[in-house]
Order: sequence, then C-alpha cells, then structure tokens
Amino acid sequence: MSAAAGPVERNDDDDSRVRHHLVALLVENKAGVLARIAGLFSRRGFNIFSLAVAPTHDPRFSRVSIVVDVESAPLQQVVDQLDKLVNVVEITELHPDDAREAELLLVTVSVDDDDQAEVEALATASGGKVVDAVPGAVTVMLAADPVVVDDFEDAMREHGIVELQRTGRIALPKLSADGATDA
Amino acid sequence: MELTGAQALIKSLESQGVEVIFGLPGGAILPVYDPIIDSSIRHILVRHEQGAGHAAEGYAQVTGRPGVAMVTSGPGATNIVTPLADAYMDSIPLVVVSGQVATSAIGTDAFQEVDTTGITLGVTKHNWLVTDPSEIPQVVAEAFHIATTGRPGPVLIDFPKDIANARTTFAPPLPLDLPGYKPPTIPDPAAIEEAACLIAAAERPVIYAGGGILKSGATEALRALAELTGAPVTTTLMGRGGFPESDPRWLGMPGMHGSYTAVTAMQRSDLLIALGVRFDDRVTGKVSAFAPGAKVIHVEVDRAEIGKVRRADVAVNADCRLAIEALVGALRRLASERPGSFGAERLAPWTALLRQWKERFPFTYDRGDDDAGSITSGLAPLKPQYVIEELRRSTPDDAILVSGVGQHQMWAAQFWRFEHPRTWVNSGGLGTMGFAVPAALGAKVGRPEKMVWAVDGDGCFQMTAQELATASAERIPIKVAILNNAYLGMVRQWQHMFYEERYSEVYLSSDLPDYVRWAEAMGCVGLRVSSPEEVLPAIEKANEIDDRPVVVDFRTDSMEQVYPMVAAGSSNDDIVVHPSQAGLPR
Repeated sequence: MSAAAGPVERNDDDDSRVRHHLVALLVENKAGVLARIAGLFSRRGFNIFSLAVAPTHDPRFSRVSIVVDVESAPLQQVVDQLDKLVNVVEITELHPDDAREAELLLVTVSVDDDDQAEVEALATASGGKVVDAVPGAVTVMLAADPVVVDDFEDAMREHGIVELQRTGRIALPKLSADGATDA
Repeated sequence: MELTGAQALIKSLESQGVEVIFGLPGGAILPVYDPIIDSSIRHILVRHEQGAGHAAEGYAQVTGRPGVAMVTSGPGATNIVTPLADAYMDSIPLVVVSGQVATSAIGTDAFQEVDTTGITLGVTKHNWLVTDPSEIPQVVAEAFHIATTGRPGPVLIDFPKDIANARTTFAPPLPLDLPGYKPPTIPDPAAIEEAACLIAAAERPVIYAGGGILKSGATEALRALAELTGAPVTTTLMGRGGFPESDPRWLGMPGMHGSYTAVTAMQRSDLLIALGVRFDDRVTGKVSAFAPGAKVIHVEVDRAEIGKVRRADVAVNADCRLAIEALVGALRRLASERPGSFGAERLAPWTALLRQWKERFPFTYDRGDDDAGSITSGLAPLKPQYVIEELRRSTPDDAILVSGVGQHQMWAAQFWRFEHPRTWVNSGGLGTMGFAVPAALGAKVGRPEKMVWAVDGDGCFQMTAQELATASAERIPIKVAILNNAYLGMVRQWQHMFYEERYSEVYLSSDLPDYVRWAEAMGCVGLRVSSPEEVLPAIEKANEIDDRPVVVDFRTDSMEQVYPMVAAGSSNDDIVVHPSQAGLPR
C-alpha cells in the first residue's frame, strides 16, 4: 500500500528524474477540466513540475502529461485524488525507465560571429535546428529526450539565453517485444 | 414534448423523486421559480441561502436521500458555499441548483455574476455549467447519480437564465455515460480472506466504524461482524447510530473528546478494523503515535482515503456494506473449518480490561454534593451535561438529535445514547457553527413523524436563528435547546488550557439577546431555564408542543470544560481525563 514505493526505490543516478514522475492522464474534453486538475494540485499541496495538454486522435479526449514532484506528496495519493475527478478517464504512471519521453524547446541565444557556428553545430548534434537567425541572435528548436534538452539548455546558457520556452514533458509507454505497450 | 429549460429542470427533478427543495429565489433563477408553482415538489422558502444548504443536509442525513437546494446567482451561490463545503467533508449527498447570468453575459462582470463553478470546484464532488437546454435531463441524472453513489457528496448545477428561458424538446435521459466515474462496489475476495485471517489471529482487535457504515446501510452487517468476532466497537462522530450504544461491546466515541476507553483501546490494540473511516486528525491525535501496535484493515469506498493518513496492512476498496458482509461470510467459513479459533471467548482478557476502563472512566461531570439527587438542590449551577442527560431520558428512543459545533456538540455526543441509524445530525469535518437550526428544520421535514431536538450553543444559535421564522411559517415544529453559557465556549476552553486563561473575544453575554423574546418574535414558544429543577418541566412542556417550534434558553455553567481531552497535536496516550478521575490507575 505504501504509496509510490515501487518506482521510487529503484536505483537511479539522476536524483531529480526519480523525484519527478510523469503521470499521463486521459481526460474528457470538457470545459473546465484543466481548472479541476490544477485546482486539485493547489488545494492538496501537490507540486507540478511541468504540464502539457492537447487533444488526442479522438476529439472527445485530451491527453494531459503532468510531471509531479513526488517529494511533495506520495505518488499514489496524487494518482488516487486525480482518479476521483469525474472527467479523468484513465491514469498511467510512467517511470522514466518505462517510458519514451520527449520535450520541445525553443531558445533564442545571443551570439557573435564566432559562436554562431558553434551553436548551430551543437543544435545539429543534439538533433535540433536553427529556425531563425539575425545578426547577433539565433533561435534553435529542439525536440528530444528531456535529458538531451536539459544538456542542450545548459550548453546554451554559456552563450547567453535571451528567451526560452519548453513545453513540458510528454511520454508514452515503451513498446514491448510483442508490439503491445507495457502499461 | 416542448418545454422551457426551467420546466425541463423541474420535470427532471420530479423524475428523480425529489419531494422537497429548500431555496430562495432571485434574479437569475427567477424563470425556474415559475414552474415550481405547478410542481408536485414542495418548496421551503428559507431566510438565508446558508439555511437552505444546511436544511438540505439535515434532510439527507436522516432520510438517506439527496437533499436539494436552489439559490440564485452571485451572493445566492456564495452563501451556499459553506453548506457545500460542510457536505463535502461529511460525504452528504446534496444537489444544489444555482441560477447564473445569461450565457452571453458570463465573463462580463454582470449584475450578481460570480464564477460559481470555479468557486465551488474544491467543495463539490462535481459541478456543471449548463450551456445547452437539451442537456438538462442528462445533467440532472448525472448529478443525482454522482451525488448518491460511491462516496456520496454534494454536486452543483449552475443554470444560466437564458438556458432556463430557452425552448427545448424534452427527452428523458439516456443511460449514463461517465467513463471517468466508476465507484467500486464488490470487494476483492483475496483481500477479504486476508482480512479474515488477521481478525482471527488478533488478540486485541477494535472495530473503528465511521460514517461509511450509515451511508452504505451497513448497520446490520456491522452488528453481525461484532457478534461473530466478539470485537469491541467504537463509532466516530459521523458514525454514531451505526451501532446500538446499549450493546456492551460499544466503547464510546473515539477522538479528541472521545471516551477514555475508546481512545485507549485503539492505542493498545493489535488490530484496527477500520470501516468507512478516514483517520481524521480529531480521531488519531498525533498520527505517528496513533495505535502504534496495531495492524490496520481499511475498508473504504474512496480509494484516496486508503493510505492517506495511515498505512493499511489490508486494503479493501469497496462498498462498506458489501465488504463487511463478505468479511462475515469469510469468517463464518473460517469458524466452521477451525471451530473455536476466534471469537468472544478468545478475546475475554481484552474485553475484561476494556470493561474495567469503562467502569473506571465513564463520561462524568461535577454533580454538586455527593448526596444522591443533589443536582436538583438548586444550589449548584446548571450543568450543560445534566440538560443533555435529562433530554435523553425525556425523549423517545428514536428521537433525532441535531447539534451545532463546539462544547455543546461534544457534550451532546458524550451524554446522548444513539440506538438507531440516522438519528444524529451534526457538522463533523468542517465544524460549521450555525449548522443546527437549519439542519434540524431539514431533518424534521425528512422525518416529520419523529421528534427532532437541536442542541445548540448560544454562539451557534445567533448565526442562523433566522431559520426559525422559516420553521414557524412552514409549520415545522422543531425544538431547540440552547446551552447558553454566554461564551464561545470551546474557544474559551482552549484559551483556558493553552493561553493561560487570557480570554480574548469569547464573551457573548447571557441575556443579550433575550432568547425567549427572540424566539417569540419568530413565532416560536420561548422558555427559560436557570436552575436544575426547572430542566425537566421545561423539557416536558416543550415535548408537548407540536404546532410550532420551541426554543429553550438553558442558562448553563459558564466555566464548564469538556473532558476528556487530547490536546491538538498530542498523542492519544496523553489523554486528559476529568479532574475527578485524574488519580485513578490507568
């Protein structure tokens, strides 16, 4: 019964990744559903690290990906409380080891002539690309595993970030050998 | 069939079997009040929307059916937020309909506009803003289903004025399609087997039974479980009436002002059989010190309550009645496989110890001289506990008792004995002062054949007494006993105990207002009692009056404290008993 005991006890070098669990919700596409979720987090003192929302292939439902700080509350309690919301249809807890995660980043970096090439090279090496450039600044878009995005953001920090926007993590369960998902 | 949205709403409420609505009209809800004239539903016009909400709660608590309230937009809606929060805490099924400004005006700061669904998000099980008149029958069907199933609770339907006025084709609701709402029912057989084994092995079990017993109709099942296992039973403030209190297995109520025996039995227990409870802080005291040697079987319909406060060794997420019945079945099988392996005989040492505590530490108060019957000597100040005892002695076995919040509530809980389910109505989780008068009114509407007494404090009474005008006008003959100690007594008690008797803003005055004249002004009979010998005659007189409400102003001892007490945040081991019991061996 002890909440969140399973996943949290795993050994993982990266502490913050273990503290931050991704909860994927399938919700009915009804007015106010996001307010219900956000309101639940604030009144119960749960911390949201990031949040991403968009409709699924079925327009009746949206997928909400919430990265929860499990230090603030046991994951099981977060899941059980979310499950009580009438518009929440399905909840999947995804440990980083069991999920394919992705995040999109847009970052504008100030550059001089020398480091523009370096930024472009770093972007390419990480799987991103320059989507805008003027003398003195470039904007890079990168969609990748959140760890890669974190590393890239750190690298860009050295060049001087002007503006940055990340979407928050989204995820689906890893595929198993027979083609079905694990979850 | 073509109807207005308002007519469709009333028709939908009628088809849900609604017999009474507590409400108060206003601008945005006006269209809905027109078809009420032609409806079979009785409407009771309250004097303040908070009264409508608490009356609906009282009605729901005694009948088991959802209470229905109707208010207008803006202040009408905000005035009923407190009853919604109260019902949410105590899992009371309510359906509240609030008027709203026209959909085209929403978001424009229109007259009497508030974001009602937003405001009530955190205090309802679910809410709806109706945006299409054709949805009305479906929304009403969903609202009643959600309010009454699983863990019951309040819901709100926000009803814009243009939707009420629109013409619509009325079609009965379709089968409900709520993909995200599937309350559990049947227990997991493996968990039941595991629980039965724990019970059979326990030497010091305690059945800790709460509001879930009453809500799921599990009183018979609970009695069977207690009989089969021989385990003692404690019923929480919300669970009172779920187990007959004349039964020798009953230990009293647990918690901050619970009985020494119930509190201490849980502390020394090796197995808590927790049925429809949520390990409330008023019950557990300091959680880390609560029942340290006990394993826990937690039967609860709300999955989120299991493990929220206390880890469960066996979790049974199911309807309380079905789970207890399954448990009784499993234990009967165990008993036939291994006769004598568990039961009352094996628990004899435990129950003997509990009996000793019960005899040594009953609820008590200073009865004046040691001479028998000296309470009526007229010298001693009138003790509030004495009033409750006399009231219990002078009312039928199945009388309904309603209370407000504070010292009087705890004395009522301590000195009343409940033999029947749904005879005790109070505000447990939220602690809403002013609950009693309107809740008693609602209870009497729900159970007109029963005698309904409210025990109220003078502070509480002043918050919602205007509903006595409602009771008089609607011929709802409730009886109100004000335990008037001239103070906000529970706050005064805390200042006495924890703030070095520095009494800050707790004195109210015993004769301002004049409660007798206030009662009379509202069409009630008003009586005043200042000494012990006047108590019984006043109660008898009140009991004889059945054509109007009665208010009795009992002038009680101002300095009386509620004992026992576990100070907030303390361990239940540190329970403070009545001074006269302080030296007794524990």
